[in-house]
Amino acid sequence: MSLLEVRDLYANAGDKPILKGLSLTIGAGQVHAIMGPNGSGKSTLAYVLAGKPGYTVTSGEVLFDGKDLLAMEAQKRACAGLFLAFQYPVEIPGVSNMEFLRTAAEARARALDAEPPSAVDLIRRLRAISNELGMNPDFLKRGVNEGFSGGEKKRNEILQMSFLEPRLAVLDETDSGLDIDALRIVGEGVTRYLKAHPDSSVLLITHYQRLLDHIVPDVVHVLANGSIVESGDRTLALKLEAQGYAWLDAG
Amino acid sequence: MANKTIEQRLTHEYTAGFVSAIEADTFPPGLSEDVVRAISTRKNEPAWLTQWRLRAFAYWQAMPKPEWAHLHFPPIDFQSISYYSAPKSQADGPRSLEDVDPELLRTYEKLGIPLHERAALAGVVPDPLLPSRPDVAVDAVFDSVSIATTFKDRLAEAGVVFCPLSEAVHTHPELVQKYLGSVVPQRDNFYAALNSAVFSDGSFVYIPLGVRCPMELSTYFRINARNTGQFERTLIIADRGAYVSYLEGCTAPMRDENQLHAAVVELVALEDAQIKYSTVQNWYPGDAQGRGGIYNFVTKRGTCLGDRARISWTQVETGSAITWKYPSVILRGNDSVGEFYSVALTNNYQQADTGTKMIHLGRNTRSTIVSKGISAGHSQNSYRGLVRISPTAVGARNHTQCDSLLLGRTCGANTFPYIESSNPTATVEHEATTTRVSDEQLFLCAQRGIDAEKAVSMIVNGFCRDVFRELPMEFAVEAGKLLEVSLEGAVG
Repeated sequence: MSLLEVRDLYANAGDKPILKGLSLTIGAGQVHAIMGPNGSGKSTLAYVLAGKPGYTVTSGEVLFDGKDLLAMEAQKRACAGLFLAFQYPVEIPGVSNMEFLRTAAEARARALDAEPPSAVDLIRRLRAISNELGMNPDFLKRGVNEGFSGGEKKRNEILQMSFLEPRLAVLDETDSGLDIDALRIVGEGVTRYLKAHPDSSVLLITHYQRLLDHIVPDVVHVLANGSIVESGDRTLALKLEAQGYAWLDAG
Repeated sequence: MANKTIEQRLTHEYTAGFVSAIEADTFPPGLSEDVVRAISTRKNEPAWLTQWRLRAFAYWQAMPKPEWAHLHFPPIDFQSISYYSAPKSQADGPRSLEDVDPELLRTYEKLGIPLHERAALAGVVPDPLLPSRPDVAVDAVFDSVSIATTFKDRLAEAGVVFCPLSEAVHTHPELVQKYLGSVVPQRDNFYAALNSAVFSDGSFVYIPLGVRCPMELSTYFRINARNTGQFERTLIIADRGAYVSYLEGCTAPMRDENQLHAAVVELVALEDAQIKYSTVQNWYPGDAQGRGGIYNFVTKRGTCLGDRARISWTQVETGSAITWKYPSVILRGNDSVGEFYSVALTNNYQQADTGTKMIHLGRNTRSTIVSKGISAGHSQNSYRGLVRISPTAVGARNHTQCDSLLLGRTCGANTFPYIESSNPTATVEHEATTTRVSDEQLFLCAQRGIDAEKAVSMIVNGFCRDVFRELPMEFAVEAGKLLEVSLEGAVG
């Protein structure tokens, strides 16, 4: 059974129709990349999947692990294993990363009727993950995204992903604003995560091929005007990089 | 979305609102010279103190009520209040813990304030991330009298005096006579004059020369009797080079009518002394419709008498229907330091007008003000602060940071900063911000699995972090939990 199944999805951002009959199937353990020009609906897809208020589905359905994803509240979707790495992560001043993730871990444990992790385990895991991502452990004491550089914010998203261990991670332009070194670290972080969690899947939303040098996708899709117009293997991304999106219109 | 859900959460759960069945010796309502004399007689006070009270009463009768605050409430009928109420079992004053009425002990236990000498402030789940809790000495004041003070022996070994003020009048008359009213004069303001006339119990602390008080001291104030005002008075003196950290907590039963609390706190720090005074104020705030609640009119002031003295006020104000309170520091000694860290949270129909005054007199005096106001429901939350640099305060410095967080659209936040600088060498800085909990923040939390209620309390706690880190550890945890309770109903 596939992990995510999006069937003929129509959705609005506010009052504006953005997604127009989008279908997408992602199997467990797969990496899919969605590319497409500005305004094609990439971020809307990410928000609709995560359940952001202000985005409404007008028709179609989404199954996550066989369950009706659209019937769940955003928080339930997160607890069910759907993670969104934000394009523009917001700050929560005064709430340390440690405290934030501890609260998240406790909330998930409550939702899943599980034991919350002990404080000691939590700290140990977070230190290990921040080390892998080349982040100073002091980072954990700083406020969530408070005064972070663009690159730090993106790395922080990957840290949260690695800690929360989602079934499906949607990375919304995680590569934007990263320099070459940061891009490599983020790419390695995601690859390491997938290696350790072979059943987890990733949906990469990106403008550029370069992230795909670090995270190799199984399938590449092209999103244009609210639906997927082309799917293929990695070579599709290279073609897009070389030729742009115009050839798609030309048929 | 955020504001709608926040509003849905605005139903307040006040856990300290029970009434204890205690037989009390309560004066009939009304205030006159006779009542002032009767209080003094009941406390067996020396003649000088009776006269002192009567002078204050005369001043009070001639004084106007302060009407400049951003507060709206019907006039208080001072003749409808009882000015003295004491549990009958305490008629002979506090004795040993064994003699305290078990019903009183149960009251404090229910509030999480055990009056035994094993643990300190309870109601806090041990947290493996925090070090184990140190001992805290507690003075428990119930309506008009102190019913017990713990750890007296251990404190006495260090030479520290920690007892009810009514006891200190007899055991340390020279100190009381010298300092009572020296920081907050009887005529200071309407409520201070009233307090000076009718004050009942509060704590007295004296830390001798060079002594670092071996544990935190705390006083827990409880109003229980109906139609009774609480007028406690606290006096803390830190002699040269001494250090003390003092905590204060307050609660009251839920009642439909308003009750008056008009306290005075005076702090005196001599040369190189340091006083850290922390308050968690959780008087009954009234119900969701604004019925009932405590009117909290309090005058708190400290004076840095000697050079390099340091006074620090930290307050977490979540209770009371009305809060009128400006813990201040007079920086008399050269190089002395004054600090004010405040979190004021108002919900439903609560009103708070609170802040500080930093009066710079000495050379190179420094003051820091950090104020965090959180408004929800239909509440009004005002910061009012004065920084005065006198001509003698060469090189004085002040930094003020004043932040407001709004939850919902029906509440108000105001900032009234007053700066008076009469010395060109002084530096005065003022920063202010007003923010809301954003939909983006709530969505980030939801996406990580955190429900809206928890998210708001976490965001509010983060907003207050600069103040909470000034609180003693066990109080910081308690304050965080209190905010969570006070915000209950702010999100659905």
